[in-house]
Amino acid sequence: MAVNISRDTVLYIARLARLRLADAEVERMQRDLSAILGHVESLQAVDTEGIAPTTHVLEIATPLREDEIAGVLPVSEVVRNAPDHTDDAMVVPKVLE
Amino acid sequence: MSELWKAGLAQLALHVESGDTSCREAVSAALARIEKLDPEIGAFVRLRADAALAEAGAADEARANKRARSRLHGLPIAVKDIFASREFETHCGSRILAGFRAPYDATVLRRLAEAGLVVVGSTNMDEFAMGSSTENSAFQVTHNPWDPARIPGGSSGGSAAAVAARMVPAALGTDTGGSIRQPAALCGVVGIKPTYGRVSRYGLVAFASSLDQVGPIARSCADAALLLGVLAGHDPRDATSYPQPAPNFVAALTGEVSGLRIGLPRGFFDGAGADPETMAAAREALSTLQGLGAKTVPVELPNSAHGIATYYLICTAEASSNLSRYDGVKYGFRAPAAATLDEMYERTRSEGFGAEVKRRILLGTYVLSAGYYDAYYRKAQQVRTLIRADFARAFESCDLVAMPTTPGPAWRIGERVDDPLAMYLADVYTVTANLAGLPGLSVPCGFTRAGLPVGLQLIGRPLDEVTVLRAGDAYQRHTDFHERVPQGVAR
Repeated sequence: MAVNISRDTVLYIARLARLRLADAEVERMQRDLSAILGHVESLQAVDTEGIAPTTHVLEIATPLREDEIAGVLPVSEVVRNAPDHTDDAMVVPKVLE
Repeated sequence: MSELWKAGLAQLALHVESGDTSCREAVSAALARIEKLDPEIGAFVRLRADAALAEAGAADEARANKRARSRLHGLPIAVKDIFASREFETHCGSRILAGFRAPYDATVLRRLAEAGLVVVGSTNMDEFAMGSSTENSAFQVTHNPWDPARIPGGSSGGSAAAVAARMVPAALGTDTGGSIRQPAALCGVVGIKPTYGRVSRYGLVAFASSLDQVGPIARSCADAALLLGVLAGHDPRDATSYPQPAPNFVAALTGEVSGLRIGLPRGFFDGAGADPETMAAAREALSTLQGLGAKTVPVELPNSAHGIATYYLICTAEASSNLSRYDGVKYGFRAPAAATLDEMYERTRSEGFGAEVKRRILLGTYVLSAGYYDAYYRKAQQVRTLIRADFARAFESCDLVAMPTTPGPAWRIGERVDDPLAMYLADVYTVTANLAGLPGLSVPCGFTRAGLPVGLQLIGRPLDEVTVLRAGDAYQRHTDFHERVPQGVAR
């Protein structure tokens, strides 16, 4: 089935996903998403009335454990990978004036 | 010992145990093969030659003192570039993880280390495991050892190519929709995706959490069973890990398939657009298994026709959520000189992710967005239930389900990069095992006239890797497709 994803829709979801697309990318994504969503339209014809959704394939209960402090990493190890950091914090561009 | 590189994992263990060779020689041989062949194949993105040789030397010493950690202690292995390691960087095929070295080790890496396996390097992959050709890597193209003009499959293409080119006897891959089995098939090696939950995902960079699973790629089912035994088992650090101990996979390889019932799903051996030579090779493999005493029974998997649509809705939804963590704050790449936090997020993600990853994030964001959730995501999860129910019904009359692993052999590099839907359809036979959480194996079962490998896929009941591996091993005892070496890497 033909699905037409508009330019505005691509720009809207790109904004939700925090992606900034060049004009050529917007066109490309419009075309690709329309084709892929056209393919998945076939699902709408499947009768799923009363069918429970699968969220987990193995039917195991959520495991519980005691809330114990274990395996704490030193802060310096945690912030080491941040592109900008101090000894004990990650640094980001200013949020408030 | 000459031509050590020809030995598989179990064979290499025997050579070391008998004193024919040492771990150091085995690891040196792997590194020499990589140095010689990888400039053309492009399987590895990172090597740890010095550390590997040191570990192999220590393994020789431990073995001499009768303190071997396992039969595999000191033997070389490669790992997909997707597992967190305190010691080496993990990029997951992406620019956005530039420079990332985790503060903890993935459980599977810890298990390899406990068994004494020596990681020689990390292998190339599609960015965040999103792809079927390994062309989506931000770093390099990997070539199929059977024809360097063709793709090795993906996303674990580097691991499959490294094993096929006999650079390493085995490697780790991950499989979300076929990413172990499809490259294994296209490279003529064995790959198994275990039951969801069988192997811990702790420290595995997440793509689609309800589908991702780690597994071995090797030359034989016997070697894959040996390695799966190292990887499998409960891990309290992964809440979806199956809480029972894993069985002894190697002990199950009796060579016996007499009376085994193999289900042949209607329509899977002559699908529209399927390559006739691939289908013929898969059918021939079933005749071989019948000759060994297995019975075939017809089964129906009607909802598998919706597999690709269901899979691409669920995996993109989960990916869009999982990949929201890449924001330039905590690790990896950050776009320079952004004036505001929001601008920094947007520019980091736009410059850091490749086209296919952006495509899937957008698709996933769309299907989860207000007004579309029920029509797309919830609908897909309901069809997923129907796909699982089809398999449950099929397994009432059979012990395994068989089908080709892929609709056709490896395609040419570049052939499908402009057509994402065509690329997705390459996973048509593999995604259902992920959606249903079932163990799936690909075993080499022949070649096309052009000399490209073909794989047969065997899918088992939940947690029944044993039967899957036993059938694959029995088949390999009577065939030699897995022993053939690609001509370009034959010396």
